Amino acid sequence: MSAEPITTFESSLDEVGVELVQTTSDQFESTLIPLLNARAVGTPLPFENVSLPDAVEVDPTVQELETAETGVTAAGYAIADYGSVVIQGGPDGEEPVSLYADEHVAVIAGSDILPDMDTTFDRLAEDIRSGTGQAVIATGPSATADMGALVKGAHGPMDVTVVLLEDR
Amino acid sequence: MSVDDRQRKAERIRHLLDTEGNNVHENTQVFNDGRYESTADLEDYDGLKDEARAIKEDTIERLPELIHQVIEAVETNGGTVYLADDAADANRYITEVAGGRDVVKSKSMTSEEIEANESLEASGADVWETDLAEFVLQVADEAPSHIVAPAIHKSREEIADLFNAHFDPEEPLETAEELTQFAREYLGEKIMDAEVGMTGANFVTADTGTLALVTSEGNARKCVQATDTHIAVAGVEKLVPSVEDLQPFVELIGRSGTGQDITSYISLFTPPGDSPTFDEGDELGPGDDREFHLVLIDNGRMEMREDDQLRETLYCIRCSACANSCANFQHVGGHAFGGETYSGGIATGWEAGVHSQDSAAEFNDLCTGCSRCVNACPVKIDIPWINTVVRDRINHEDQTEFDFLVEGLTPDEEPGRMDLQKRFFGNYATLAKLGSATAPMSNWLAGTKPAQVLMERFMGIDRRRDLPKFRRETLRKWFEARGGSRISRTDASREAVLYPDAYTNHVQVERGKAAVRVLEALGVSVQIPEVASSGRAPLSQGMIGTAERHAHEVYADLAEHIDAGRDVVVIEPSDLAMFAGEYEKFLPEQSAERLDSNSYEIMEYVYGLLENGASGRELRAGGGEGVAYHSHCQQRTLGLEAHTVAVLDELGYDVLTSETECCGMAGSFGYKREYYELSMDVGSELESQFQAENARDRTVVASGTSCLEQLESLLERPSQHPVQLVDPVR
Repeated sequence: MSAEPITTFESSLDEVGVELVQTTSDQFESTLIPLLNARAVGTPLPFENVSLPDAVEVDPTVQELETAETGVTAAGYAIADYGSVVIQGGPDGEEPVSLYADEHVAVIAGSDILPDMDTTFDRLAEDIRSGTGQAVIATGPSATADMGALVKGAHGPMDVTVVLLEDR
Repeated sequence: MSVDDRQRKAERIRHLLDTEGNNVHENTQVFNDGRYESTADLEDYDGLKDEARAIKEDTIERLPELIHQVIEAVETNGGTVYLADDAADANRYITEVAGGRDVVKSKSMTSEEIEANESLEASGADVWETDLAEFVLQVADEAPSHIVAPAIHKSREEIADLFNAHFDPEEPLETAEELTQFAREYLGEKIMDAEVGMTGANFVTADTGTLALVTSEGNARKCVQATDTHIAVAGVEKLVPSVEDLQPFVELIGRSGTGQDITSYISLFTPPGDSPTFDEGDELGPGDDREFHLVLIDNGRMEMREDDQLRETLYCIRCSACANSCANFQHVGGHAFGGETYSGGIATGWEAGVHSQDSAAEFNDLCTGCSRCVNACPVKIDIPWINTVVRDRINHEDQTEFDFLVEGLTPDEEPGRMDLQKRFFGNYATLAKLGSATAPMSNWLAGTKPAQVLMERFMGIDRRRDLPKFRRETLRKWFEARGGSRISRTDASREAVLYPDAYTNHVQVERGKAAVRVLEALGVSVQIPEVASSGRAPLSQGMIGTAERHAHEVYADLAEHIDAGRDVVVIEPSDLAMFAGEYEKFLPEQSAERLDSNSYEIMEYVYGLLENGASGRELRAGGGEGVAYHSHCQQRTLGLEAHTVAVLDELGYDVLTSETECCGMAGSFGYKREYYELSMDVGSELESQFQAENARDRTVVASGTSCLEQLESLLERPSQHPVQLVDPVR
């Protein structure tokens, strides 16, 4: 992967108010722990030798899900131009975990940063045709302007952090 | 329209200007500014729009085949598709699926169109709108005022008062954060308890049965995830052939609408989904036995597809750009500029297609044809044309067997019972000819109190407006009297025909004289032949037949000049816009193109002459003179504002351009009794900019006749056409 998509990705994330944390597979746990709040939920990560710390509840009750402060999921890929992550959900619960917690932490492999929307849709089409039932292109936190002013955190998270695995 | 109807309409508009106008204005301006900024970031905005349009054209062309394909795809995935003929049919199916269970909904205009909530509630279900704006409206029991931001007419204070009165919270709610948090919690419980989730769909891919939902709040995601049964309601036109086809729309929809590069969430659901759902108790349960129902709604769309004029409406992606970019919409919002369901420029097409022509007739006249929405539309729909077509159809409603009696007496092609106000303004050219022939008598008469009262009563011309003063000596007479062009054809660098539009020839004669002198100063030999009026005036009243006749006449009058190598120079931007735009619909392609490519706006032409080496020495230089310049809506759409600015700049004028997109006059619009106040309200923005400290002492120039008329009534100082500014004998 060239350095360019990361630089573009980082500045796009910055524009939508998302922090980018870069780390490696070995350092993942120690990087993640300080980012977690007291009540953290998550879904298993698909990256080899990378797993969630024990503090993260991967089989939450509804109550735990609703009151979670942090929700950690993997993202299938990211779009450098837009600062978006693509959350591909399934039975493990990526959709509710990335949606109910106050903060969503998306973990992404460096090689999965795609430059633009065109390449992203080529990938999405391929994935959907091979059975990916849900893919959410998520850009920044949930937001609304319906209550008379812009508010971050509407029905979904009010904060988003992206953790990038540089060596992946 | 009767006197009383006009009065009622005027009062309704006045009321909305007072109560909702400010909120709508503030919010749509943010969207509109955001659109400019966000689309400017795109590498190939125009290319992307072309791509989006091509996909929609292809979709609508192949619609029956794609419907067939999507049914197969959804059924293969394990879902169901129901093709509903109309609203009642759709509701019957939806209520049956819901079976009286509670429903949580995300925002869907299509569900508003069929009034799904009402029929679900009648079947005993509780229905909750979870989009925060829709929730506000549900609590307030009001209709959306905007297709994307439905509660745009309400301020934070009004929402707080509403919630405090309705829910009586322990601590009164005040800030937007508090209101949002309250609604999130309140609706969170409803989402948790409901078994049925209902969404719309911005797009549906025929190849995979994937729904694309464009949202920001996250409620649509929750409505799908938290429930066992997902019902998605979408018009049949929401299909696109394949997943790849979503890309240009995803890049355009947020930018075109609310001015965001992209909304927080673009959900691509290929239901039924398998995310864990909420069971009874505290455990997350497996989500693999969800039901999914896609309700595809015709409700008039297949007929629109067969209608050569309304078909383009089906390309609409409901982004709201045509509402946000529209000056009239910005001031009154969708409660005036809308029908039963849809609002904004394109709403005329939707209402005529899915509801009725009567619903469209309610607000169709609020489109002035200014064309500001044309470049804003991400699928390049000719929205003013759709408004004109529907206006024409409304004019032709209720024809009687006695129509021919009136028809024989009128100079137009329109039916006898047509609205007198529209007939008056549509025949402006004939009126102008008569007005000049009988001036100054005609002006004295029109200016008297009794005449003004009569004109208001019978033709709905607001008595607060001064009618244009016709000049006894027309531009053509003056030109003939001075012996034609001072530059002989043999000495000339170029030859031009100055198009004698009805205003320049009969009213704004001075700008015509200035144009002649300016062209001559640049070495051009000028001719002013008799040429028919462009048809802009009848077209704006929805008199398409009459406008078309004008187009043929204009072409016949000018073709020989073009063949002789003469350029056609046009002063009035709205006439040039006819040549460049609507004539395509009236003339053979080759003729329309020939006229268009040989016609120039006067200052564009001056710019071209100067660029090509003509000396501007004889033109009147500015020497630093401050100028406040207001371009013209259609001139801006044609991309011709910059030429005037460049010429004035080059000649040493210090130019300040207007930030407002519209002066509010829009031809005859501002004269009409029912729209006078709206017209002045729209104009007030231009007024404040040109009265501000940095503009107050500047000479005011404007390109359009109606802009000049509006500026005359808004400002105390005089205004003129830019060509008069550089006139050598000024």
